[in-house]
Amino acid sequence: MTAPRAIAIGCSAGGLTALEIVLGGLDPRIPSTILVCCHTGSSDVEILCELLARHTPLPVVEAAERDTPRAGTVHVAPSGYHLLVEHDGRFSLSVDPKVNFSRPSIDVLFTSAAEAYRASLIGIVMTGANQDGARGLADIRRHGGLSIVQDPADAEVRTMPQAALDIAGADHCIPLTAIAPLLNRLCLS
Amino acid sequence: MAVTPDDIEIELFLRALQLRHGYDFSQYAPASLKRRIVQLSHSQGMRTVSGLIERVLYEPGFMSVVLEGLSVPVSEMFRDPPVFRALRDQILPVLASYSQVNIWLAGCAHGQEVYSLAILLEEAGLYDRCQLYATDFNDAALLQAQEAIYPAREAQLWSRNYTAAGGAHSLADYYSARYELIKLDERLRRNVIFANHNLVTDDVFCEAQLVLCRNVLIYFGDVLQDRALNLFRDSLRRGGFLCLGIRESIDFAPSARDFSPVDAKLRIYQLGNKS
Repeated sequence: MTAPRAIAIGCSAGGLTALEIVLGGLDPRIPSTILVCCHTGSSDVEILCELLARHTPLPVVEAAERDTPRAGTVHVAPSGYHLLVEHDGRFSLSVDPKVNFSRPSIDVLFTSAAEAYRASLIGIVMTGANQDGARGLADIRRHGGLSIVQDPADAEVRTMPQAALDIAGADHCIPLTAIAPLLNRLCLS
Repeated sequence: MAVTPDDIEIELFLRALQLRHGYDFSQYAPASLKRRIVQLSHSQGMRTVSGLIERVLYEPGFMSVVLEGLSVPVSEMFRDPPVFRALRDQILPVLASYSQVNIWLAGCAHGQEVYSLAILLEEAGLYDRCQLYATDFNDAALLQAQEAIYPAREAQLWSRNYTAAGGAHSLADYYSARYELIKLDERLRRNVIFANHNLVTDDVFCEAQLVLCRNVLIYFGDVLQDRALNLFRDSLRRGGFLCLGIRESIDFAPSARDFSPVDAKLRIYQLGNKS
């Protein structure tokens, strides 16, 4: 298969460690753009970017308003704002009310990305303590994208991946350490 | 690529708003707008956006429901405290050199920023020489802004923000609490004019030394963002200040050339210091 244009990753409680493992295992030649929405509870996304950058060969930056996502780059949603992918492929931000008690919300990112990238998108839901991401993942599948869910039994907090399985379903339900190898295979072979 | 039925519905809905009521949302950033429209249709108990079209065309009063749904005014007092601290420390001392100061708060929604700024001006001893224009395109929001009544559960966060912004007293000095609500001191609005103004269609109406418009342009596409920035430029005196939301980007707007950053990180700009 040709590499998808984007990989969108959502996680919540326990998400930092999970992100370090997934992003850390990615091949630096990966041609897709990577979008991350993590409810860190921290108001400083710069720190999150720095932490993640230590573990991955890919550049990690905050997703900026009106910016164009870059290939092989990790773009992290800023705290306090919903991150959306616009119809022209650029980022937009919103301060609309929280969705699933969250802003940024994974659902908001996933749903907008599904419409922007259609089938050329992989959505991933990992560890977390609420149901955010499940509906967005369903939208990704509805538009022909691929769904990966961390095996709930393997997750630090199983609520979020379980909700994703129940509501959206998964093309791949796998443990954390298997996600990066799968992405490398899907995007580079 | 084939246009999906829901995108067709959105387009027809927007066209109906424009033809029937004169509101033009066509230059808004589509992804957020679509999300709000879909949410509006759900909150009205409809399965599709098409149902909204009929009501927009035929139901008197429904347009105000639509405006309320499409403007979703969410804010807090002293949001991003470092911005208000910078206004207090860097901008107000400059404004103090004028005998009469005009300030325009564009897209003021429920008024949280209006009163935050009013408190800053009070504490700097500048309030009585200031005229504040607080505008929004949503009349219902303007009414709420004038009432200045907010849920009491917000007060804790707002107090923290106020202190972090360098507030001289306690935020509680400015409101009275009753049941689940707080009401801000009416004196804070003695020099505030609340008025309907739509950044999409309306023009310059004042000459200001400071324009505050935070997290409004993030909902605009590039063309509309540039229009609004032009409007701010034409409304500002030379050397006047523009304060936007801290994650907003004006790098792509041609009219951004007329502004130079005072504090780039906090998105505070000054007009005309480059040319």
